[in-house]
Amino acid sequence: MWNYEKRLEFPVNIKESNADIAQVIISQYGGPDGEMGASMRYLSQRYAAPYREVAGILTDIGTEELAHLEMVATIVHQLTKDLSMEQIEASGFRNYYVDHTVGIWPQAAGGVPFNACEFQSKGDIITDLMEDMAAEQKARSTYDNILRLVHDPDVCEPIKFLRMREVVHFQRFGEANREDCSKAKHTIQSLRRIPTRPSKLWTSAFAPKERTCLDFCRACVPAR
Amino acid sequence: MMNMQFANEQEKLLHDVGVLSFVVTELSLYLDTHPNDRNALEYFRHYNRMANQARQEYSAKYAPLTISCVDASDCSNWQWALTPMPWEGGCN
Repeated sequence: MWNYEKRLEFPVNIKESNADIAQVIISQYGGPDGEMGASMRYLSQRYAAPYREVAGILTDIGTEELAHLEMVATIVHQLTKDLSMEQIEASGFRNYYVDHTVGIWPQAAGGVPFNACEFQSKGDIITDLMEDMAAEQKARSTYDNILRLVHDPDVCEPIKFLRMREVVHFQRFGEANREDCSKAKHTIQSLRRIPTRPSKLWTSAFAPKERTCLDFCRACVPAR
Repeated sequence: MMNMQFANEQEKLLHDVGVLSFVVTELSLYLDTHPNDRNALEYFRHYNRMANQARQEYSAKYAPLTISCVDASDCSNWQWALTPMPWEGGCN
Protein backbone atom coordinates (compact mmCIF):
# COMPACT_ATOMS: atom_id res chain seq x y z
CA MET A 1 0.00 0.00 0.00
CA TRP A 2 1.00 3.64 -0.12
CA ASN A 3 0.84 6.67 2.17
CA TYR A 4 0.48 10.21 0.86
CA GLU A 5 2.83 12.91 2.11
CA LYS A 6 1.24 16.32 1.66
CA ARG A 7 4.22 18.16 0.17
CA LEU A 8 6.20 18.13 -3.09
CA GLU A 9 9.54 16.32 -3.31
CA PHE A 10 11.03 19.62 -4.56
CA PRO A 11 9.28 23.01 -4.29
CA VAL A 12 7.36 24.45 -7.27
CA ASN A 13 6.35 28.13 -7.05
CA ILE A 14 5.72 29.55 -10.53
CA LYS A 15 4.63 33.19 -10.67
CA GLU A 16 4.08 33.73 -14.42
CA SER A 17 1.59 31.87 -16.64
CA ASN A 18 2.92 30.40 -19.88
CA ALA A 19 0.62 28.28 -22.03
CA ASP A 20 3.23 27.28 -24.64
CA ILE A 21 5.68 25.98 -22.05
CA ALA A 22 2.87 24.10 -20.25
CA GLN A 23 2.07 22.28 -23.47
CA VAL A 24 5.70 21.17 -23.79
CA ILE A 25 6.10 20.10 -20.15
CA ILE A 26 2.88 18.04 -20.08
CA SER A 27 4.82 15.46 -22.15
CA GLN A 28 6.61 14.48 -18.94
CA TYR A 29 3.18 13.80 -17.38
CA GLY A 30 1.70 11.48 -20.02
CA GLY A 31 4.17 11.40 -22.92
CA PRO A 32 6.29 8.50 -24.22
CA ASP A 33 9.12 9.08 -21.69
CA GLY A 34 7.03 10.71 -18.98
CA GLU A 35 6.63 10.05 -15.27
CA MET A 36 3.33 8.17 -15.62
CA GLY A 37 4.99 5.57 -17.84
CA ALA A 38 8.01 5.46 -15.53
CA SER A 39 6.02 4.79 -12.35
CA MET A 40 3.72 2.22 -14.00
CA ARG A 41 6.71 0.47 -15.62
CA TYR A 42 8.66 -0.10 -12.40
CA LEU A 43 5.65 -0.80 -10.18
CA SER A 44 4.39 -3.38 -12.70
CA GLN A 45 7.75 -5.04 -13.36
CA ARG A 46 8.62 -5.66 -9.69
CA TYR A 47 6.38 -8.74 -9.26
CA ALA A 48 8.58 -10.72 -11.65
CA ALA A 49 11.84 -9.67 -9.93
CA PRO A 50 13.47 -12.82 -8.53
CA TYR A 51 15.74 -10.95 -6.09
CA ARG A 52 14.63 -8.78 -3.20
CA GLU A 53 17.24 -6.10 -3.91
CA VAL A 54 15.79 -5.67 -7.40
CA ALA A 55 12.14 -5.80 -6.26
CA GLY A 56 13.15 -3.22 -3.63
CA ILE A 57 14.75 -0.77 -6.06
CA LEU A 58 11.80 -1.10 -8.48
CA THR A 59 9.36 -0.34 -5.64
CA ASP A 60 11.30 2.64 -4.31
CA ILE A 61 12.10 4.22 -7.69
CA GLY A 62 8.50 3.56 -8.87
CA THR A 63 7.29 5.36 -5.75
CA GLU A 64 9.64 8.31 -6.33
CA GLU A 65 8.32 8.55 -9.90
CA LEU A 66 4.82 9.11 -8.47
CA ALA A 67 6.24 12.10 -6.58
CA HIS A 68 7.74 13.32 -9.87
CA LEU A 69 4.37 12.87 -11.60
CA GLU A 70 2.90 15.18 -8.95
CA MET A 71 5.68 17.75 -9.52
CA VAL A 72 5.13 17.80 -13.31
CA ALA A 73 1.35 18.16 -12.83
CA THR A 74 1.99 21.02 -10.39
CA ILE A 75 4.22 22.81 -12.92
CA VAL A 76 1.55 22.51 -15.66
CA HIS A 77 -1.21 23.56 -13.24
CA GLN A 78 0.66 26.65 -12.04
CA LEU A 79 1.58 27.64 -15.62
CA THR A 80 -2.06 27.46 -16.77
CA LYS A 81 -4.40 28.19 -13.84
CA ASP A 82 -4.43 31.99 -14.32
CA LEU A 83 -4.41 32.12 -18.14
CA SER A 84 -6.74 34.66 -19.73
CA MET A 85 -8.93 33.74 -22.72
CA GLU A 86 -6.76 36.06 -24.85
CA GLN A 87 -3.61 34.16 -23.85
CA ILE A 88 -5.26 30.80 -24.58
CA GLU A 89 -6.49 31.97 -27.99
CA ALA A 90 -3.06 33.38 -28.88
CA SER A 91 -1.15 30.18 -27.97
CA GLY A 92 -1.05 26.59 -29.13
CA PHE A 93 -2.83 25.70 -25.88
CA ARG A 94 -6.29 26.23 -27.42
CA ASN A 95 -6.35 22.63 -28.73
CA TYR A 96 -5.80 21.25 -25.21
CA TYR A 97 -8.20 23.80 -23.72
CA VAL A 98 -11.15 22.72 -25.83
CA ASP A 99 -11.03 19.16 -24.44
CA HIS A 100 -9.71 19.67 -20.89
CA THR A 101 -10.12 23.40 -19.99
CA VAL A 102 -7.12 23.74 -17.64
CA GLY A 103 -7.51 20.32 -16.02
CA ILE A 104 -4.52 17.96 -15.93
CA TRP A 105 -4.76 15.05 -18.40
CA PRO A 106 -1.98 12.61 -19.41
CA GLN A 107 -0.89 13.30 -22.96
CA ALA A 108 2.30 13.92 -24.94
CA ALA A 109 3.25 17.41 -26.11
CA GLY A 110 1.84 16.53 -29.55
CA GLY A 111 -1.56 15.59 -28.09
CA VAL A 112 -1.15 11.79 -28.18
CA PRO A 113 -2.88 10.29 -25.10
CA PHE A 114 -0.96 8.24 -22.53
CA ASN A 115 -0.74 4.62 -23.61
CA ALA A 116 0.54 1.57 -21.69
CA CYS A 117 2.41 0.55 -24.86
CA GLU A 118 4.94 3.23 -23.89
CA PHE A 119 6.47 0.71 -21.47
CA GLN A 120 6.99 -3.02 -21.11
CA SER A 121 6.73 -5.52 -18.29
CA LYS A 122 8.31 -8.59 -19.82
CA GLY A 123 8.49 -10.95 -16.86
CA ASP A 124 12.23 -11.33 -17.46
CA ILE A 125 14.18 -9.20 -15.02
CA ILE A 126 17.23 -8.73 -17.23
CA THR A 127 15.10 -7.59 -20.16
CA ASP A 128 13.15 -5.30 -17.83
CA LEU A 129 16.22 -3.72 -16.20
CA MET A 130 17.72 -3.01 -19.63
CA GLU A 131 14.50 -1.21 -20.58
CA ASP A 132 14.57 0.70 -17.28
CA MET A 133 18.08 2.02 -17.90
CA ALA A 134 17.10 3.14 -21.41
CA ALA A 135 13.92 4.75 -20.04
CA GLU A 136 15.91 6.84 -17.56
CA GLN A 137 18.15 8.09 -20.37
CA LYS A 138 15.18 8.92 -22.59
CA ALA A 139 13.53 10.88 -19.77
CA ARG A 140 16.84 12.67 -19.11
CA SER A 141 17.04 13.66 -22.81
CA THR A 142 13.47 14.99 -22.67
CA TYR A 143 14.31 17.14 -19.63
CA ASP A 144 17.42 18.38 -21.51
CA ASN A 145 15.14 19.42 -24.40
CA ILE A 146 12.73 21.13 -22.00
CA LEU A 147 15.62 23.07 -20.45
CA ARG A 148 16.60 24.30 -23.93
CA LEU A 149 13.05 25.63 -24.43
CA VAL A 150 12.38 27.12 -20.98
CA HIS A 151 14.01 30.24 -19.56
CA ASP A 152 11.90 31.06 -16.48
CA PRO A 153 14.05 30.11 -13.43
CA ASP A 154 10.87 29.24 -11.47
CA VAL A 155 10.28 26.45 -14.02
CA CYS A 156 13.93 25.51 -14.70
CA GLU A 157 14.82 24.73 -11.06
CA PRO A 158 12.30 21.90 -10.53
CA ILE A 159 13.01 20.60 -14.07
CA LYS A 160 16.75 20.48 -13.26
CA PHE A 161 15.95 18.52 -10.10
CA LEU A 162 13.86 16.01 -12.09
CA ARG A 163 16.64 15.66 -14.67
CA MET A 164 19.16 14.92 -11.92
CA ARG A 165 16.97 12.15 -10.51
CA GLU A 166 16.94 10.38 -13.91
CA VAL A 167 20.73 10.17 -13.72
CA VAL A 168 20.65 8.68 -10.20
CA HIS A 169 17.95 6.15 -11.13
CA PHE A 170 19.98 5.06 -14.18
CA GLN A 171 22.93 4.41 -11.86
CA ARG A 172 20.86 2.32 -9.43
CA PHE A 173 19.25 0.22 -12.19
CA GLY A 174 22.74 -0.36 -13.58
CA GLU A 175 23.86 -1.68 -10.20
CA ALA A 176 20.77 -3.88 -9.94
CA ASN A 177 21.58 -5.31 -13.37
CA ARG A 178 25.26 -6.05 -12.74
CA GLU A 179 26.58 -9.57 -13.10
CA ASP A 180 27.86 -9.48 -9.53
CA CYS A 181 24.68 -8.07 -7.99
CA SER A 182 21.96 -10.31 -9.35
CA LYS A 183 22.67 -12.23 -12.50
CA ALA A 184 25.55 -14.34 -11.21
CA LYS A 185 23.36 -15.96 -8.60
CA HIS A 186 21.72 -18.08 -11.26
CA THR A 187 22.37 -18.94 -14.82
CA ILE A 188 20.06 -17.32 -17.35
CA GLN A 189 18.52 -20.74 -17.90
CA SER A 190 17.58 -21.26 -14.26
CA LEU A 191 16.32 -17.67 -14.02
CA ARG A 192 13.88 -18.34 -16.82
CA ARG A 193 12.45 -21.30 -14.88
CA ILE A 194 11.38 -19.21 -11.87
CA PRO A 195 9.53 -16.21 -13.13
CA THR A 196 6.48 -16.49 -10.91
CA ARG A 197 6.69 -19.29 -8.32
CA PRO A 198 8.90 -19.41 -5.23
CA SER A 199 11.10 -22.46 -5.45
CA LYS A 200 14.23 -24.00 -3.97
CA LEU A 201 16.23 -21.68 -6.21
CA TRP A 202 14.31 -18.72 -4.85
CA THR A 203 15.02 -19.47 -1.20
CA SER A 204 18.66 -20.29 -1.84
CA ALA A 205 19.08 -16.87 -3.44
CA PHE A 206 18.57 -15.25 -0.05
CA ALA A 207 20.70 -17.58 2.05
CA PRO A 208 23.66 -15.75 3.66
CA LYS A 209 26.25 -17.88 1.90
CA GLU A 210 24.86 -16.75 -1.45
CA ARG A 211 25.40 -13.11 -0.66
CA THR A 212 29.02 -12.91 -1.73
CA CYS A 213 27.99 -11.02 -4.87
CA LEU A 214 26.89 -8.11 -2.69
CA ASP A 215 30.23 -7.99 -0.91
CA PHE A 216 31.72 -7.59 -4.36
CA CYS A 217 29.26 -4.72 -5.01
CA ARG A 218 30.53 -3.00 -1.90
CA ALA A 219 34.13 -3.33 -2.99
CA CYS A 220 33.25 -1.38 -6.14
CA VAL A 221 31.91 1.62 -4.19
CA PRO A 222 34.50 4.41 -4.03
CA ALA A 223 35.98 4.80 -0.55
CA ARG A 224 34.69 7.78 1.39
CA MET B 1 20.53 25.74 4.38
CA MET B 2 22.17 28.60 6.23
CA ASN B 3 22.32 31.30 3.56
CA MET B 4 18.84 30.82 2.06
CA GLN B 5 16.17 33.47 2.49
CA PHE B 6 12.80 32.39 3.85
CA ALA B 7 9.63 34.45 4.15
CA ASN B 8 8.77 32.90 7.51
CA GLU B 9 9.51 30.12 9.98
CA GLN B 10 6.99 27.78 8.32
CA GLU B 11 8.73 28.05 4.96
CA LYS B 12 12.12 27.37 6.55
CA LEU B 13 10.87 24.32 8.45
CA LEU B 14 9.23 22.86 5.34
CA HIS B 15 12.48 23.42 3.46
CA ASP B 16 14.32 21.46 6.20
CA VAL B 17 11.78 18.62 5.90
CA GLY B 18 12.40 18.56 2.14
CA VAL B 19 16.18 18.50 2.45
CA LEU B 20 16.26 15.81 5.16
CA SER B 21 13.67 13.65 3.39
CA PHE B 22 15.66 13.91 0.17
CA VAL B 23 18.76 12.56 1.94
CA VAL B 24 16.64 9.65 3.22
CA THR B 25 15.29 8.96 -0.31
CA GLU B 26 18.80 9.01 -1.77
CA LEU B 27 20.16 6.68 0.93
CA SER B 28 17.20 4.31 0.53
CA LEU B 29 17.90 3.82 -3.18
CA TYR B 30 21.63 3.37 -2.51
CA LEU B 31 20.94 0.81 0.22
CA ASP B 32 18.59 -1.16 -2.07
CA THR B 33 21.59 -2.07 -4.22
CA HIS B 34 24.19 -2.00 -1.38
CA PRO B 35 22.26 -3.59 1.52
CA ASN B 36 25.38 -4.49 3.50
CA ASP B 37 27.07 -1.07 3.49
CA ARG B 38 27.40 -0.28 7.19
CA ASN B 39 28.46 3.34 6.65
CA ALA B 40 25.35 3.97 4.56
CA LEU B 41 23.19 2.25 7.22
CA GLU B 42 24.65 4.59 9.84
CA TYR B 43 23.93 7.65 7.65
CA PHE B 44 20.40 6.35 7.11
CA ARG B 45 19.77 5.96 10.87
CA HIS B 46 21.03 9.50 11.51
CA TYR B 47 19.12 11.31 8.76
CA ASN B 48 15.93 9.27 9.07
CA ARG B 49 15.70 10.27 12.74
CA MET B 50 16.25 13.95 11.83
CA ALA B 51 13.71 13.81 8.98
CA ASN B 52 11.07 12.23 11.23
CA GLN B 53 11.66 14.88 13.91
CA ALA B 54 11.36 17.73 11.37
CA ARG B 55 8.17 16.20 9.91
CA GLN B 56 6.62 15.88 13.40
CA GLU B 57 7.61 19.45 14.33
CA TYR B 58 6.18 20.92 11.11
CA SER B 59 2.98 18.90 11.45
CA ALA B 60 2.47 19.94 15.07
CA LYS B 61 3.05 23.65 14.35
CA TYR B 62 1.48 24.17 10.90
CA ALA B 63 -0.21 21.38 8.93
CA PRO B 64 -0.14 17.57 9.05
CA LEU B 65 2.23 16.14 6.40
CA THR B 66 1.02 12.55 6.67
CA ILE B 67 -2.12 10.95 8.08
CA SER B 68 -0.07 9.57 10.97
CA CYS B 69 0.92 13.16 11.85
CA VAL B 70 -2.74 14.21 12.26
CA ASP B 71 -3.43 15.08 15.88
CA ALA B 72 -7.22 15.35 16.10
CA SER B 73 -7.29 15.62 19.90
CA ASP B 74 -7.31 19.42 20.16
CA CYS B 75 -8.96 20.30 16.85
CA SER B 76 -12.61 20.87 16.07
CA ASN B 77 -12.13 20.32 12.33
CA TRP B 78 -10.33 17.99 9.90
CA GLN B 79 -6.98 19.69 9.30
CA TRP B 80 -5.77 16.97 6.90
CA ALA B 81 -8.27 18.17 4.26
CA LEU B 82 -8.50 21.85 5.17
CA THR B 83 -4.79 22.77 4.97
CA PRO B 84 -3.38 23.75 1.51
CA MET B 85 -2.56 21.15 -1.15
CA PRO B 86 1.07 21.05 -2.35
CA TRP B 87 0.29 22.27 -5.89
CA GLU B 88 -1.21 25.52 -4.60
CA GLY B 89 2.27 27.07 -4.46
CA GLY B 90 3.35 29.64 -1.92
CA CYS B 91 4.71 27.64 0.97
CA ASN B 92 5.53 24.18 -0.29
